[in-house]
Amino acid sequence: MVTPTALEAELRALAGAVPDPELPVLTLAELGVVREVRLTAPDRVEVELTPTYTGCPAVEAMSADIERALHDHGIPEVEVRTVLSPPWTTDDITAEGRRKLAEFGIAPPRPTGPAGGPVAVDLAIRCPHCGSTDTTLLSRFSSTACKALRRCESCREPFDHFKEL
Amino acid sequence: MNVTVTPALALGDDALILSHRLGEWIGHAPVLEEEVALANIALDLLGQARVLLSIAGDEDELAYLREERQFRNLQLVEQPNGDFAHTIARQLYFSTCQELLYEHLAAGGSELAPLAAKAVKEVAYHRDHAEQWTLRLGDGTEESHRRMQHGLDALWRFTGELFEPVDGLDVPWSALHDTWTTRIGSLLRRATLTVPEGPKSGAWTAGAGRQGLHTEPFGRMLAEMQHLHRSHPGATW
Repeated sequence: MVTPTALEAELRALAGAVPDPELPVLTLAELGVVREVRLTAPDRVEVELTPTYTGCPAVEAMSADIERALHDHGIPEVEVRTVLSPPWTTDDITAEGRRKLAEFGIAPPRPTGPAGGPVAVDLAIRCPHCGSTDTTLLSRFSSTACKALRRCESCREPFDHFKEL
Repeated sequence: MNVTVTPALALGDDALILSHRLGEWIGHAPVLEEEVALANIALDLLGQARVLLSIAGDEDELAYLREERQFRNLQLVEQPNGDFAHTIARQLYFSTCQELLYEHLAAGGSELAPLAAKAVKEVAYHRDHAEQWTLRLGDGTEESHRRMQHGLDALWRFTGELFEPVDGLDVPWSALHDTWTTRIGSLLRRATLTVPEGPKSGAWTAGAGRQGLHTEPFGRMLAEMQHLHRSHPGATW
């Protein structure tokens, strides 16, 4: 593996600071979707982006936003490529990202096992409004593919849960 | 257009066509949460279809400009939605198989491995959703039980095709079939339902979808799916 240059590290920070188009409280770095930022020529940058879900419609907006951020920094040629392997998991969301999700009213994902996929439902999910762990699942699918819809039995508020993947 | 039949095309067509069928529920589902769930499953499948059809060729041309006989999807996925139980039965049969198939492909080294490794985690949620509803409807009221059983029975004859070998895919189909049969059987028993009797395929369903032979409702579905693209070539928004 080639060590990134200081400029590449700087560009990576710039690309990573772009806010997620659907969850603007998170940056792409906190979501864990920016895989690689490489200078392939003095004025050319290649970015590897991984989707949260295969059908995530935000990928195109993310790519355009990254291109804009790097153009603004004086890089004329930016190519954003989508990579699938290794697959993104909710474990790639940083600790800071999880904290921001909860603050925004979305229960953060629990750690997944090595196998991924649905997690045993007996692990408590905390209501992001009142902190109660007495919450129930309303639907495995919510406003976006990455969330499930739950209700808090203590404060009776519905809330989104960033479900484990 | 000339199309080379590859595994990516066959599996891409399964995902595309089932995605379109599920999308037909939007505006019609029994409750809002289910409308959102079915739309989310459709979106996952559409994402898979886009990756797979892009491996096979140009995704838009393949989706919108092929004739019925050039599609290589299973006949199961093109079956009309019917009532909600019918849709759940179709999803249960398909997702249970797709999860097994993707698990296998994810562990291999083919060009489909990255997509399979990514999608298998999404499919686990689809399968889980179908299982929860099968249990709830089967072990629910007399009416929900009757409808769930009817959906399972009606679609049973399309399930043999799920395990027909696909040219170019190195998959232990008969082992997958056995695991599928065991899982479906144990779930249906838990749901107080009966495993359908009768053949899993007939003279015109055994592997026919993979050969480009489709059932009567498919042509009408395609006409609707392709109408806009064909009427306004090159349109963008």
